[in-house]
Amino acid sequence: MPRVSLTVNGKAVTADVESRTLLVQFLRENLRLTGTHVGCDTSQCGCCVVHVDGRAVKSCTILVQQAEGADVKTIESLAVGDTLHPMQEAFRQNHGLQCGFCTPGMIMTAVDLVARKGHDLDDKTIREELEGNLCRCTGYHNIVKSIAAGAKAMAATTTAQAAE
Amino acid sequence: MYNFTYHRASGLRQATNLLGKLDEAKLLAGGQTLLPTMKQRLAAPANLVDLNKVEGLSGIELQGRALVIGAMTRHAEVASSPVVQQAIPALAHLAGLIGDPAVRHMGTLGGSVANNDPNADYPAACLALAATIITTKRKLIADEFFTGLFETALMPDEIVVKVSFPLPKKAAYEKFRNPASRYALVGVFVAKRPSEIRVAVTGAGTSGVFRVPAFEEALKKRFSPKALDGLGVPADGMSSDIHGGAEYRAHLVGVMAKRAVAAAME
Repeated sequence: MPRVSLTVNGKAVTADVESRTLLVQFLRENLRLTGTHVGCDTSQCGCCVVHVDGRAVKSCTILVQQAEGADVKTIESLAVGDTLHPMQEAFRQNHGLQCGFCTPGMIMTAVDLVARKGHDLDDKTIREELEGNLCRCTGYHNIVKSIAAGAKAMAATTTAQAAE
Repeated sequence: MYNFTYHRASGLRQATNLLGKLDEAKLLAGGQTLLPTMKQRLAAPANLVDLNKVEGLSGIELQGRALVIGAMTRHAEVASSPVVQQAIPALAHLAGLIGDPAVRHMGTLGGSVANNDPNADYPAACLALAATIITTKRKLIADEFFTGLFETALMPDEIVVKVSFPLPKKAAYEKFRNPASRYALVGVFVAKRPSEIRVAVTGAGTSGVFRVPAFEEALKKRFSPKALDGLGVPADGMSSDIHGGAEYRAHLVGVMAKRAVAAAME
């Protein structure tokens, strides 16, 4: 079996995998990082979104071999101990989830969106950017609210860190 | 998906050799079409040759009067590139309409043109802008490159390296999107070039992307949406599925063409 080496949430990992192993399978089954969900397995729903070298991708539609040498970040990388990431906290405060299945993908997409488009996001931008993430509880209204609030909170955190 | 043997190419020569040597080998670019297709077992290549680690295949450069984009350049890079936005804004707009943000982070220009999906966006841009597809073996103009449904002039061991888009005077792409798949139900790319006007349609034709000579002639006389009044394409030759019948698609071609002309005039 081919060998693959990559960094996941800051930790170097090496494993022998089948050629066909998807990144999401590797994360969930090899590393037991089950925060990344498999919703549709057809690159529609976005429950499996993770960051590969800083870009949001659907981990059900990339072979782990394609992530050789890459820096992968999953939902598990966001909170620091018991302190939620500002985007996670914003989802909690704004009731941005109902069943919670799509939430890891929503949050990873949102963090990527802030990295690309900044902290001041209007509803139209957020809704357009969410076109690859589906919520079957139809909770988009509060998700959009959460992301707008989370984006602002991330700016405050960045400023606080810079001041320290 | 059925298992296969993965090969990571480090250079174009090695990738070409692997394609020539291995049985049922396919290239893996962004994988946003190929991997879903393999999961559905609609494709079952025995070998995959990954181009992701091949250097020099991505990048965006203005070379004289042409915009040259590397085959492995991701849709997101094209959409957000100030160079593309300045040189051919319609192309940046088109790239930003493909799939969704995560798909655009992986999907590539070369993968899109080599696959020649009848509903894909890039083939329409290549054909309307009279692009040249530069491969490991030769240079092919778009009119010769796209040969039919999922068919191109590429040989089995030939690899798309880059695409050169001559700068148009004006251009626009209007897409009527299937909201579920985000592919074009009908997409029309109109380009006013120094020497000619081209109208290319994706999503509608049973043989893939095509030009509409009647629209081009009318627009040459007068570049205005009104010039297309009373003109249309026959339903015969349009594809038909649960998302839209042939008559509907034929109608949409005219509507989207007018919108594209109006957008190009802005």
